[in-house]
Amino acid sequence: MSTAVLETDGLTRHFGGFTAVDKVSLSLSAGARHALIGPNGAGKTTFVNLLTGALSASAGTVRLLGQDVTALPQHKRIKRGLARTFQINQLFAELTPLEAVSLAIAEREGLSARWWKPLSAHAAIAAEARALLDGLRMPAADAASATAGLPYGRQRLLEIALALALKPRVLLLDEPAAGVPPSESREILDSIAALPREVAVLLIEHDMDLVFRFAERITVLAQGAILAEGEPAAIAADPRVKEAYLGEAAHG
Amino acid sequence: MSAALRFALQALFWGGWAGAYFALPEYLPLLAQIAIIALFVLSLDLLVGYAGFVTLGHAAFFGLGAYAAGILAQQGWGEPISGLLFGAAVAALVGLLTAPLVLRGGDLTGLMVTLGIAMMLFEAANRMAWLTGGADGLQGVEMWEIFGVWRFDLFGRTAFVYSLTVLFLLYLLARLIVSSPFGLALRGIKGNRRRMEALGTPVRARLVAVYTLSAAYAGIAGALLAQTTQFVSLDVLDFHRSADALLMLVLGGMGSLYGAMLGAIVFMVAHHALSELTPQFWQFWIGIALIALAIAGRGGMLGLAGRLLARWGGR
Repeated sequence: MSTAVLETDGLTRHFGGFTAVDKVSLSLSAGARHALIGPNGAGKTTFVNLLTGALSASAGTVRLLGQDVTALPQHKRIKRGLARTFQINQLFAELTPLEAVSLAIAEREGLSARWWKPLSAHAAIAAEARALLDGLRMPAADAASATAGLPYGRQRLLEIALALALKPRVLLLDEPAAGVPPSESREILDSIAALPREVAVLLIEHDMDLVFRFAERITVLAQGAILAEGEPAAIAADPRVKEAYLGEAAHG
Repeated sequence: MSAALRFALQALFWGGWAGAYFALPEYLPLLAQIAIIALFVLSLDLLVGYAGFVTLGHAAFFGLGAYAAGILAQQGWGEPISGLLFGAAVAALVGLLTAPLVLRGGDLTGLMVTLGIAMMLFEAANRMAWLTGGADGLQGVEMWEIFGVWRFDLFGRTAFVYSLTVLFLLYLLARLIVSSPFGLALRGIKGNRRRMEALGTPVRARLVAVYTLSAAYAGIAGALLAQTTQFVSLDVLDFHRSADALLMLVLGGMGSLYGAMLGAIVFMVAHHALSELTPQFWQFWIGIALIALAIAGRGGMLGLAGRLLARWGGR
């Protein structure tokens, strides 16, 4: 497909004798709402790490916006329009959400090497950070307190805010609502539903409600390899998918 | 803490130095050394406190700056300001060249490499007696007047004002740097390196930059010591200098420029006072102070003072 913004071809990663990701070929078109599901240990997070370059591939290629980025380090892939959130919070405990988002914006604007002017002199960054957090309905008081003291749901929201601050073309959401109590999950689900259409989204998720509400296409990963791919209705009816999940339940 | 209180405390800090000039004329050589060590600990804070990279070999850069400035003056160029810049340049260059080695591998690996580099430099300075004077120290360092006006006098007046002025100017520069986007990126790297990588930060390049900057700062501190004492001994490269600086930083409060300087002042004053009282025993008291501060919580003395002030202000 010529409009693919993110494409993998035979992407593989071995850890010693174990193959965590096995010849995965996946394509995300512009504005995609694609979900990647699979039982625990299916290799979903490893796959995300291969996409961003946090891990190097054992074989296969990653193409971002039509260009081969397999050999590029993570920070160069990010600069080309890829962003991710983490399944387990990766935040700055001592910084406030405003500071953290400012940090992400400064990085996007290529200002993070500037040392001769205080951050406070870059008024546009502070304004944008505030607007972004407001848009995600982060209360102003929380946005100005240290991240470590915030409720878990707000921290998950900040996870998403940090990725959005990069204004990505392709966004990888790794279980964005994981562990969030239902009382706090609304903002997160709303923020995902409100993602701009020009951003292609790959949602890695366990929560089937969220997947079937959000995704227009679903890929099922099992034991590192693609088990099935298709429209949500077809996936829901696929006996192999049921077996993969039921199998997990029987063992778990 | 309110902005006015903050400003008042900072004015008190720098005013205290100025007051010491008049109140303690017989201690000026010691006060000059305290200012120099404060600058050295400040350099360490940029690396350890802000970027979160721990080193046990920071004396390498202090010593390089000291020998570079000392040898330059001994060889006939005694102009102080260019001597400082030369010390900074030599230290920064070695920092830049060794950064890839130091930043390779994990934190513990890096720590060992910093230690190894400092040990090698110490031994090299010891062996290269034709250049450094070896164990006898570098003799014959002769300094010219600062800006052709202020001669280094026997009472240490010029040495003190000179050291303090350099400390103040480099503090201002450091303050600008830590409040810049670059400074925030350093705090981000300390806080969560994985996330910084996911934000697109070239983490390694930032660490190389701060390592080199910190080396330059330490080099200037070493050069100041060589110029104001007109002598360089092997002691400038000794392991205890790296370890003491780390101790002072933790004591005063990491990740705060005033914490770094305060730690140096308190440590040096305590060292001086206690070692006169109980020469063999002073480390015991420093040990007690460290344990007390560790139990009282993070942020060293400055963090403790801030919490006490907040509680007091909250009533």
